[in-house]
Amino acid sequence: MVTDAAVDLEALTARVRRHIVRMVYTAKSGHIGGSMSSAEILAVLYGRIMKHDPANPAWPERDRFIMSKGHATPVQYATLAEFGYFPVHELDTFRQKGTRLQGHSVLGKPGGVENSAGALGMGLSFGLGIRLGMRLRGQDSHVYVLMGDGEQQEGQVWEAAMAAAHHEVDRFVAIIDRNRVQNDDFVDNTMRGMPLDEKYRAFGWEVRSGIDGHDLAQVEEALAWARDVRGKPAMVIFETTKGKGVSFMEDNPAFHGAPPTDEQYEQAMRELGA
Amino acid sequence: MTTTHAPAATREALGPTLIRLQNAGHDIVVVDADLGKSTTSRAFKDAFPDRFFTFGIAEQNMISAAGGFATLGFTVFATTFAVFAEHAFDQLRMSVAQPRLNVKVVASHGGVSTGEDGASAQSIEDLAIFSSLPTFNVVVPADVVEAEAVIEAAANTPGPWYIRTGRPKIPVVYSDGPRFQLGKADVLREGSDVTLIACGLMVDRSLRAAEVLDRAGISARVLNMASIRPLDIDALEVAARETGALVVAEEHLSYTGLGGMAAQALATRRPVPMEFVGVPERYGESATWSEALEIMGLTSDAIVEAAQRAVARKA
Repeated sequence: MVTDAAVDLEALTARVRRHIVRMVYTAKSGHIGGSMSSAEILAVLYGRIMKHDPANPAWPERDRFIMSKGHATPVQYATLAEFGYFPVHELDTFRQKGTRLQGHSVLGKPGGVENSAGALGMGLSFGLGIRLGMRLRGQDSHVYVLMGDGEQQEGQVWEAAMAAAHHEVDRFVAIIDRNRVQNDDFVDNTMRGMPLDEKYRAFGWEVRSGIDGHDLAQVEEALAWARDVRGKPAMVIFETTKGKGVSFMEDNPAFHGAPPTDEQYEQAMRELGA
Repeated sequence: MTTTHAPAATREALGPTLIRLQNAGHDIVVVDADLGKSTTSRAFKDAFPDRFFTFGIAEQNMISAAGGFATLGFTVFATTFAVFAEHAFDQLRMSVAQPRLNVKVVASHGGVSTGEDGASAQSIEDLAIFSSLPTFNVVVPADVVEAEAVIEAAANTPGPWYIRTGRPKIPVVYSDGPRFQLGKADVLREGSDVTLIACGLMVDRSLRAAEVLDRAGISARVLNMASIRPLDIDALEVAARETGALVVAEEHLSYTGLGGMAAQALATRRPVPMEFVGVPERYGESATWSEALEIMGLTSDAIVEAAQRAVARKA
């Protein structure tokens, strides 16, 4: 399959958000905030942009999604399950003994997870190797790499940014989920990295920024643009809200990596329309 | 097969062997961090320019990208100096070792015999670092002939490998051809009083030590333990049982290297007196390669003395 215009992405992202909260509540650990901020980005990638086949995750011609912010597995697993990579009920095993759904992304667990992640900063490099290899093979598949804004503090990201431009890779799309919050604090209080768009442009990338990462139409328009850039790597920086969809989690660093209490869980699920 | 008898550096095997393997039908890509001339991988670039990728002086990016290439089925050779391979530990761990991808790190300028550049360029901890990644095979060839065989074995064996090569021209041990097998020690000389276990350029020095010991009435067996991981524990146990005393010689810190690993393996199987000839707990300094080895006590004389101590400790 590929992009399936029939899928109702608004309904899908609503379900994904409920999965995210339920998974982390059930596991009593996990990363809600940065999962909620990426929900529309993943939904549009899998539903409108990427060439992929949930029944054949090893299809050689598939586009690759590389999860560089590998702690945000709840949104990755929930999206894969919603698109049919594995049964939705398996989400209840997240982070538990014997599960395929490891705390941080592990390549091949389950099929559809294309890289191991959890230490930040490596996904852009890993995806670059994949895209260079595809080019050598004469494949025109795409590679999409999702990073966080806090992750831009890792030096390796800029090694990869430089190399991607040097090697003039295209069909290579980097995405920043700019939710402005990292583990301990707001990104701006931790390490002021702005402006990111000008930095990537200076490295030789085509960049679009200032896009509402929760507006499905805007997300699709931007990612379709990035997919079609030729001769250069492309970057889309989405403005998002950490914890999007639950009032007391939004923009709250406390919900980067902590599970909700019973009471918070009930309220969150009510707000998410459960 | 290389059949030269003139001294040669183990690093010289890389470029020609990669070209030969690619011509023989392998699906190789080489990733490089601006040291292709020194590691000799640049010869592969001349032969297969579209299969050689430079990442500049950026080892972290190079190693994670190597993992990405490997997901497409390529046999990926990543080359740099041993000390700079250490620079990318986290990337080796998560982008290569954990997903068990088909990446071969061939690092030249291993050990203190890198010489004149001094402490920063002398890797005395690389074998420990790579041995700490449980999915990696770790190999130190004894000469250029064995290095060629090791590189070929790596290309034929899926999964992560670390191969340490060296800068100086050293004597050829395998002038009759290589015998390398992953996970197997190679008996180079029979003996009954003590076994000298070595890797890399310490193999030749152990053979020389065995001759000196022979003249002193001590019969020394010599094992080339090129394969550090997996380690040939059975061969260690046989040596312990049959000779009753062991010396482990390596161009690396002993406590985290072949010596430490061999001692741990034997502790549960067959403890016998052991002595260690390795880098003492210090960093090196500028000197010629042979002087740098002398400074660290990595000489055949030191192996002779260690063997005499080990034999004297036998009950």
